[in-house]
Amino acid sequence: MALPTDRPTVRSLLVKIVLLGIVDAVSIYAAFVLVLQDNWVAAIAVLAVTALVNWIYLSRRLIPAKYLTPGLIFLAVFQVFVLLYTGYVGFTNYGTGHNGTKEQAVSSLLASSLQRVEDSPTYPVTVVDRLGELGLLVTDPETGEAYVGTNDEPLSRVDDAEFENGRAVSAPGWTSLTFQQVIARTAEITALAVPYSDDPNDGALRTPEGSNAYRYLSTLEFDEQADTMTNTQTGVVYTDRGTGAFVADDGAELRPGWQITVGFDNFARAFTEQSIRGPLIYVTIWTFAFAILSVLLCFALGLLLAITFQNARMRGVKYYRLLLILPYAFPAFLSILVWNGMMNESFGFINQVLFQGASIPWLSDPSLAKVSAILVNVWLGFPYMFLICTGALQAIPEELTEAATMDGARGWSVFRQIKLPLLLSTTAPVLIASFAFNFNNFNLVYLLNNGGPRDTTTSLPVGHTDLLISMVYKVAFTGQNRDYGLASAFSIIIFLIVAIIAVVSFSRTKALEEIQR
Amino acid sequence: MKVTKKGALGIGAIAVASAFVLSGCQASGDNGDDGDTAGSLTVWVDAERVDALKGAAEAYTEKTGVEVELVSKDNATIKDDFIQQVPTGEGPDIAMGAHDWLGELTTNGVVAPLELGDSASGYLDVAIQAATYEGTTYMLPYAVENIAVLRNTALAPEAAASFDDMIAKGQAAGLAQPFVVEQGAEGNPYHLYPFQTAFGAPVFGTDASGSYDPADLQLGAQGGYEFAGWLASQGKTGTGVFNTDIDGAIAKQAFLDGTAAFWLTGPWNVGAAIDAGIDVAIDPIPSPTGSPAQPFAGVKGFFLSAESKNKVAATDFLVNYLGSEDVQLSLYEAGNILPALNAAAETASSDPIIAGFATVGADAVAMPAIPAMGSVWQYWGVAQAAIINGEDPTATWDKLVADVQAAIS
Repeated sequence: MALPTDRPTVRSLLVKIVLLGIVDAVSIYAAFVLVLQDNWVAAIAVLAVTALVNWIYLSRRLIPAKYLTPGLIFLAVFQVFVLLYTGYVGFTNYGTGHNGTKEQAVSSLLASSLQRVEDSPTYPVTVVDRLGELGLLVTDPETGEAYVGTNDEPLSRVDDAEFENGRAVSAPGWTSLTFQQVIARTAEITALAVPYSDDPNDGALRTPEGSNAYRYLSTLEFDEQADTMTNTQTGVVYTDRGTGAFVADDGAELRPGWQITVGFDNFARAFTEQSIRGPLIYVTIWTFAFAILSVLLCFALGLLLAITFQNARMRGVKYYRLLLILPYAFPAFLSILVWNGMMNESFGFINQVLFQGASIPWLSDPSLAKVSAILVNVWLGFPYMFLICTGALQAIPEELTEAATMDGARGWSVFRQIKLPLLLSTTAPVLIASFAFNFNNFNLVYLLNNGGPRDTTTSLPVGHTDLLISMVYKVAFTGQNRDYGLASAFSIIIFLIVAIIAVVSFSRTKALEEIQR
Repeated sequence: MKVTKKGALGIGAIAVASAFVLSGCQASGDNGDDGDTAGSLTVWVDAERVDALKGAAEAYTEKTGVEVELVSKDNATIKDDFIQQVPTGEGPDIAMGAHDWLGELTTNGVVAPLELGDSASGYLDVAIQAATYEGTTYMLPYAVENIAVLRNTALAPEAAASFDDMIAKGQAAGLAQPFVVEQGAEGNPYHLYPFQTAFGAPVFGTDASGSYDPADLQLGAQGGYEFAGWLASQGKTGTGVFNTDIDGAIAKQAFLDGTAAFWLTGPWNVGAAIDAGIDVAIDPIPSPTGSPAQPFAGVKGFFLSAESKNKVAATDFLVNYLGSEDVQLSLYEAGNILPALNAAAETASSDPIIAGFATVGADAVAMPAIPAMGSVWQYWGVAQAAIINGEDPTATWDKLVADVQAAIS
C-alpha cells in the first residue's frame, strides 16, 4: 500500500473525471426532464446535490466526506424521504375518494356526469379546423345532411360539403384533420362539445375517438366563482367546505373528492372515535403482550438449552445443535405457512395425528389463536436466542464460577447472581432489538392467521391476533375503503412507542453494564 | 489508499447516478404528449395476456402511427398501482382489470367514461351490465368468468339434479366428502352466493336502469334467513358439507385426489384437474331449492385512465381494436375464459368446457361493483363462517343485516 500523497496519478485522475462526468451527465439529463415537467424544486435539488458531489470529489481535502457522501445520499432518498413522506401523509385525508388534486376531481366529476341522450343515434363526424378553432363536421344519420359546429356555435347546416361513403369529409372554409392530427390535438378534442341546438337541453355532441360523435347531457355544472357543483337535474348545490369534497347541505358528498391536509384529525380520530379507539386499545395491549412474551419465552428456552448443552456430561451435542438450528435456517415465511396448515382444525397434522382427530380450534378460537401465534413465534425465534446465549455463556470466564463455588455458592445461586447478570448485560441490546422486531412482526401474524379470528364487533377489519402493524396494513391496504392518512397516523404512533421503549431500555442497560466493571 | 479512494468514488458515482436515475425515470415513464408526434399509448396488461395483445398493438401502430407499449403487470397489483399512479400523471393510458373494481376506481376518479357506441350491442348482456356503473360505461369487456360445478365423471357419471342429489350421488360412490367448495376462516361468500340466490336473496335489488341500488338491501329478505337456516343444517353441527377448514388448496387437493366428486370452482382450476388426469364435466350448480342457483359473473375488461393525455387514440384502440373478434379470441386462447363479445363467445363455445361455463353463466348475475358492496364483503363471509361453525343462523344473519345497513348509511 502506497503512502497517501497529495498528487494523484494521471490514471486515477482520469478515472475520477470520467466517473464524475457520467454522474454529471445523468443528473443534468434528469434536471432537464424535471424542468420540462415543471418540477423546479426537484430539479434544483438534483443540481445542488450534483454540485456538492463534484466539489467533494474534486477537492483534495474532505477525505471523510468522500466516504460518507454516497451513504448519506442513499439515506436521504430511501430513509429520510420515506419517513418524512409517511409523516406528511399522516396529516392528510389521503385514501379512497381523496386521491388526487381538486382540479382532477372536478374534471373527473364533470366527465362522469355526462349522460348520453336516450335513444340518440351515433353521428359520423370529421374533425375540422378553421384558423385554429376546432369544429365537428357532422353527418345526420337519418337525413344524410351535413352540419358543422364548434364549442361556441351550435350545429348549422352546410350545403356544399363533400361526402365519402355517406360521411361528410370536408366543408368549404374548414380544413379536415387526419387521424394523426386528431391524436396530436387530443386535449382540444376532449374539450370539444358542440351544442346540438340553441336549447341546452338537447345536449352537445362529443367525439371520444374522432370519427363518431354522441349526444350527451351533462348532469353536473361547475361554477368556478362560487366554487360549487350543481346537479342540473335535481338542483342540489354541492359546495367545497374545506373537507376535501363537494358537500351538499344534507351532508351528501360527491365522489371523488381531493387530497387536503387535515392537521391532527387522524390522530384525534384514532383516540376519540369509538369504533377505532376500542380496537386500537386492545390491539396495543395484545401487541405488547405478544412482543414481551415472545422475547421472554424465546430467551428462556434458548438460555435453558444453551446451559444444558454446556454441561460436559451431554453427549451428541453437535447433532442436537444441528437440529436446533433448523427452525432458524428454514425460511420463516415458509415455516409459518406450514404451521398454518398443521393447525387447521379438521385437516391439520396436529389435530389429525397428534390429537387423534380431535377438533381443537388452534387458529379460530380468539384465545387459543393468541397462544398459537406465540407458540409458532417461539418455535421460530428460540434458536437465535440459543445461539446468542451459547456465545455469551462461553464468554463468561470459568474462574468466576469456580470462585463462586469456592465461596460456597450452589448451582442456582451461581446462575442467578453471577451468570445471569453478566449474560443480560451482553444480551440486553439483542433483547431490545428482538422486542422491537416482534412488536412489528407482520409476517407471522399475516401469514399464520391473517390476524384472525375476525372481531365482528367493530367496523374496522381487525382480528383477535392482529398486531398494530397488521392493523395498519388492513386499514391502509385491504378492502374497498382505504385510509392512508389514518394508517400513517397509526404508524407514527407505533414509531413513537417503539422509540420510547428503545430509549428507556437502552438507558436502563447502562445500569447493567455497571455490574461488569 | 489509492484503490480505496477510487472504490469510494465508484460507489459514490453509482449512488448519485442511481439517485438521479430514480428521480429521472419517473419522467421518462411519461406517455409522450409532445404534440408533434403521433403519440403513444401505455397499456398495463396482466402477464399471461401480453402475447395475446401483441398482434393488435402492432396492427394499430401500423395503421395510425401510434406506438402501443404493452407493460406486463402482476394482476394482483394493477388496481392499486392504477389508483395511486393515475393522479400523479404517471399511470398508463389503459389498464386491464375486473369490473368489480369500478366502484373503487370511480370513487377515486381515476377512470374515464368510455363510449362503446353501437358496438355495445355485440357484447353479452351481462358484460355490458357489468361495464356500466351508475348509467355510464367505463370498461371495454373482454371476458366473462363465473363458477360452476366440476364433476369427476369417473366417480359420478351423471350430472346431479339437485343439491341433495349431488351429495347422494357422491355418497353412492363411497365418498365421505362428495362435494367440496373453497371456504376459509373468514368464509367465502363468492362461492356460496349461488346457494343464497337459490333461496331468493340477492345482495342488492336493482333500480329502473338495471344498476344495483345500495338503498335496496335484499340480504335481509325472507330468503336470506331461509338460506342461513339451510347453511347451518349443512355446517358443522349438520351434514358437514360446508366446512370453514376447507380452503382453496384443500378443496383442490380433495378433487384431484378423487376423494371428492364435485367441486364448485371457476375456470381457473380446470387446467389443474385435467392435468391430474381427471375426466372433467362442467355442470350447472345444483340448487338446494327449485329455483336456479345463480353465481356471480366477474367481467374482465380494459379501463381508460382519467388522466390519459391520449384519450382519443386510446378510445379508438379500445373500441375498434381490442373489441374486435380476433383480439377477443386471442385473449380467450390466452386465458381460457368465455369472451365477452357474442361472436367470439360462439366460436369459443365449441370447447365443451367453455360451453359448460357459458351455460351456467347464462344465469349468472354481475357482481355488484357499488362501493356499498365493500361494506357487505366485510361482514358477509365472517357471518357465513360463523353459521357454518354452528352459531345460531337467525341471530347471526340478523346481525349481518344490521351491520351492513349501519355501514352503508
